[in-house]
Amino acid sequence: MNTLLRRLRHDLFATPADGLITVALLAVIGAGISSFLHWALTQARWAVIQANSTLFAVGRYPMEQQWRLWLLTGLLAAATGITWGMLRSHPRPDRGGILWPRNDRFAAGLLLAISLVLPRMLGLTPSVQVRWLAITALLVLLRWGAGRFGPSLPPLVKRLLPLGLPLLYLIGMVLIGGGLGLASVSPSEWGGLLLTMLESSFAILLCFPLGVLLALGRRSELPLLRWGSVLYIEFIRGAPLITLLFLGQNMLGFLLPGGLAPERVWRAAWVLTLFAAAYLAEAVRSGLAAVPRGQLEAARSLGMSMPQAFVSVVLPQALRVALPSMVGQFISLLQDTTLLSLIGLMELLGTARTVMANPEFLGHNAEVYFTLAVLFWCCCAALGLGSRALERRLDPATIARSG
Amino acid sequence: MLIPFLLVGCASEGGSGVQSTKISTIKARGKLICGVDGSLPGFSFVGPDGTYSGLDVDVCKAMAAALFGDPLKVEYRNLNSSERFAALASGEVDLLSRNTTMTLSRDAAGGNALSFAPPTFYDGQGVMAPTASGIKTLKDLAGKPICVESGTTTELNLADRMREQTIPYTPLKFQTGDQTYAAYLQGRCVAVTSDRSQLAGKRSSFPQPDDHTLLPDVMSKEPLTPATVNADPVWADAVRWTVNTLFQAEELGITKANIAAKVAEARANANQADLRRFLGVEGEFGKQLGLPADFVPKIIGAVGNYGEIFDRNVGPGSRLKLDRGVNKQWKEGGLIYSPPFR
Amino acid sequence: MAVPVPWWRNRRVIPWLVQGAVGLTVLVLVAFLLGNLIRNLTAAGLLLSWGWLNQPAGFDIAETILPFQASDPYWRGLLAGLVGTVRVVIAGLLGSTLLGTLLGMASFSGNALLRGLTRVYVEVVRNIPLLLQLVFWYFVVFLALPNGTAAIQLPGVVLAKSGLYIAGFGEGLRWLGPHLVNGVWQAPLRWSVEFAALLTGLIAYSSAFIAEVVRGGIAAVAKGQWEAASSLGLSWLQTLRQVVLPQALRVIVPGLNTQYISLAKNSSLAVAVGFTDLYSVAETTLNQTGRAVEVVLLLLATYLVLDLFISLVMNGLNRLVQIRER
Repeated sequence: MNTLLRRLRHDLFATPADGLITVALLAVIGAGISSFLHWALTQARWAVIQANSTLFAVGRYPMEQQWRLWLLTGLLAAATGITWGMLRSHPRPDRGGILWPRNDRFAAGLLLAISLVLPRMLGLTPSVQVRWLAITALLVLLRWGAGRFGPSLPPLVKRLLPLGLPLLYLIGMVLIGGGLGLASVSPSEWGGLLLTMLESSFAILLCFPLGVLLALGRRSELPLLRWGSVLYIEFIRGAPLITLLFLGQNMLGFLLPGGLAPERVWRAAWVLTLFAAAYLAEAVRSGLAAVPRGQLEAARSLGMSMPQAFVSVVLPQALRVALPSMVGQFISLLQDTTLLSLIGLMELLGTARTVMANPEFLGHNAEVYFTLAVLFWCCCAALGLGSRALERRLDPATIARSG
Repeated sequence: MLIPFLLVGCASEGGSGVQSTKISTIKARGKLICGVDGSLPGFSFVGPDGTYSGLDVDVCKAMAAALFGDPLKVEYRNLNSSERFAALASGEVDLLSRNTTMTLSRDAAGGNALSFAPPTFYDGQGVMAPTASGIKTLKDLAGKPICVESGTTTELNLADRMREQTIPYTPLKFQTGDQTYAAYLQGRCVAVTSDRSQLAGKRSSFPQPDDHTLLPDVMSKEPLTPATVNADPVWADAVRWTVNTLFQAEELGITKANIAAKVAEARANANQADLRRFLGVEGEFGKQLGLPADFVPKIIGAVGNYGEIFDRNVGPGSRLKLDRGVNKQWKEGGLIYSPPFR
Repeated sequence: MAVPVPWWRNRRVIPWLVQGAVGLTVLVLVAFLLGNLIRNLTAAGLLLSWGWLNQPAGFDIAETILPFQASDPYWRGLLAGLVGTVRVVIAGLLGSTLLGTLLGMASFSGNALLRGLTRVYVEVVRNIPLLLQLVFWYFVVFLALPNGTAAIQLPGVVLAKSGLYIAGFGEGLRWLGPHLVNGVWQAPLRWSVEFAALLTGLIAYSSAFIAEVVRGGIAAVAKGQWEAASSLGLSWLQTLRQVVLPQALRVIVPGLNTQYISLAKNSSLAVAVGFTDLYSVAETTLNQTGRAVEVVLLLLATYLVLDLFISLVMNGLNRLVQIRER
């Protein structure tokens, strides 16, 4: 108790000025939190979220086809559970392996609690609540299963397992868009969180190889490749994203043979990809610069060809260094999907603005914005945490320590 | 979805010289892609369950019925006023039925190069203000902020009228109608201007419709017209005569209820030449337009005639309760007039 | 003896092969796109021309320092939009640098609560999209301000739904505060709520990033410098000004360059809050004239020039602060 008081005194009340600042800040924080709680619990009409939850989640996706989205969510939950379990069963080199470390137990419990409480708070129908609970339970169950039985799987299965992720992505595209016997749902009906996730995942996945190619091109000694990459990167980095999206929407129809206009959704996705690739190229470039030249020379002297040396020796090290800024780019990309609302796509922010313009819910913008802000914050913060965890796992110091 | 973009050089050319037309593309696709507004009650409005309704929507349905016999074979795209012409010009939508005003610069080849069907609603621009503000005429708006949607003839007309009468004002522009009306309802501006039918439509969905009045000033002529591109005259003709079908049917007293009986009557009676030609029992009008021979009965059977469409969406049978005004048939002194089907 | 290498594996030929292949592909792609562009534009009657810039615009611009009427030509409208953008960017740069520096220094304060709050602020603002923050400031905060006599009246500033009224030098160089005239507020300096919301959002967002840059810069200065300075008897402020800041600026200025360019580009989001900046006027122009290619080219060129200008100034600044090692 004494040490606590002393710590408080040192941290907060060291000098009279400090003490004054602390008191003032505490007063402001207290007033802010209490007025926010007062608003949230009494004046706010959270009905606006409840009434439009489907719109926010999947936009105008036809009701009778929404079972496909549930199936996709289930598959994603299964994949997450299995990945989580497999990663845990191969513990970090500097930490011993426990099946259910304390963090995981806490996380699993939190997930189950959220899936019990949140759907009820949002006023979703009982069948939907049950579905969410079932999906979360599936996630946790597979996490346990993968952790328990993962290490005993044959090595071939373990090596092929990561291939499941791109396969899952393709299956997801078919489930969402249609084809292979499923009724096709036109992209103009995709909206809300579904569209946001789709656009950002598409852009994140595709900008990565493009960005690496651009970074290599920029460092190349061949003048055409180098100047081409520089031109492209500087051009993209100088233009605001909204002007590039504007260009994509208005000029793409003219750039392609008459009548062949790709859907707006894909136009925007490609513009996002090409935009992010330029920024990613810069991040990868700084990573490449951090790899000592000796690595490349040593690899070549061992008889590897240039491409082999790059792919096996230089790139992995470069990407490890560039990882924090790369994930920063991905987070920016997720946030930049909100700009799609300015060119008429109904992703989360666009749907929100349409919902708020409904005269029935006029004057209750704050509830919607707050919910959206919390949603985005959670996604971005989660990405940030994941990146830091990945950094720690890949840090050569910890790998070396395991010997 | 990636494939179309990646197939460099493998795509067919757009029309140039040869009369290639969109009709075959649409028929091959199996549905019509129609550009609409989506948030304008009475003209094109999508309800919470995803169904579209309105006068402009019914025009799209009529077109789909003419092509496929099924008014439901339409895909609607919600377009805001900024992107509607680019979407039409690039082929993203086949038909723009989005309360668009026909003007010279939009029609001319040197302008937007659109092809207009006959107007489906003769409207005028007006101003709406809260009743409590006491604003009765345009002059009362001096020095005040007025909300307007950007990229429309509305903002140009507003500038012209205010300049004519030297009334200073502040225009507040927003990209979509939704945001414009939201800013107006939140009190950021004291008035909002748009087509009178649109103002009436939006007002009907406000929480307190009677708290807002439409000023008596009519600031411009706004003939709302479906549009296609200049470069495809065959398709433009098909659209034009589909709209004329609606007008002619009302003139002849043919409704959705009695169309079947009328067709039977035409088939039985060889003397009713006009009716037989109109309903496609004889003659080649469908073939000349690139539509099926019985496109008229299909259209009327699907959506009814113009009077029924008007009543259902913006007239006495709807929430807007607009008077037909100049949108009556020519025989009653209005502007709705179909050229002869012969 | 050496085995003759086939020509396609000859180390001297490969670079040319690669470049040739890449160049050819790019050339074919560009030719294809340009060909389509010209063909489609001709069919639509919209081939590249600049004469339309002299036509009267026909639309009004709400808030512009450059006087503009509907009868003025399009180029003047675009110029008025550019002036609006520059106005926002300059005010934003000043405000966010100030706030960001304060926050950056606050993260080194002795008060744990202050440090924690700064951390929370930066983490919250960085993870919420800028557009969401902007529409929040406009639709939730500024549009909820009361109007007329109920407006929030602070010393020298009045916050009302019709705008922000700030005291300043009125006619005849008299210091005039905001005052009511016939129920309408008047003041020497008036900002519309759109401008105020845009500025607030941009400053709040950018200052979080600038705070991180400043923090990184100050943290990069070895702790030994602080200790040596205090052992020489210098006060905290003197240490900061004479010892730490010059070294920190070496790291801070390049980081600021990025953030400033970012702010200049983010100003284009003004269209979401109804402020007429360059992008907003350009979008209106495109809708009224249909001239997609020319308008897009103008937009891109202008923003590129703006960015280059900022980079030039910051590079000059950079050269000033770089310490030349002997």
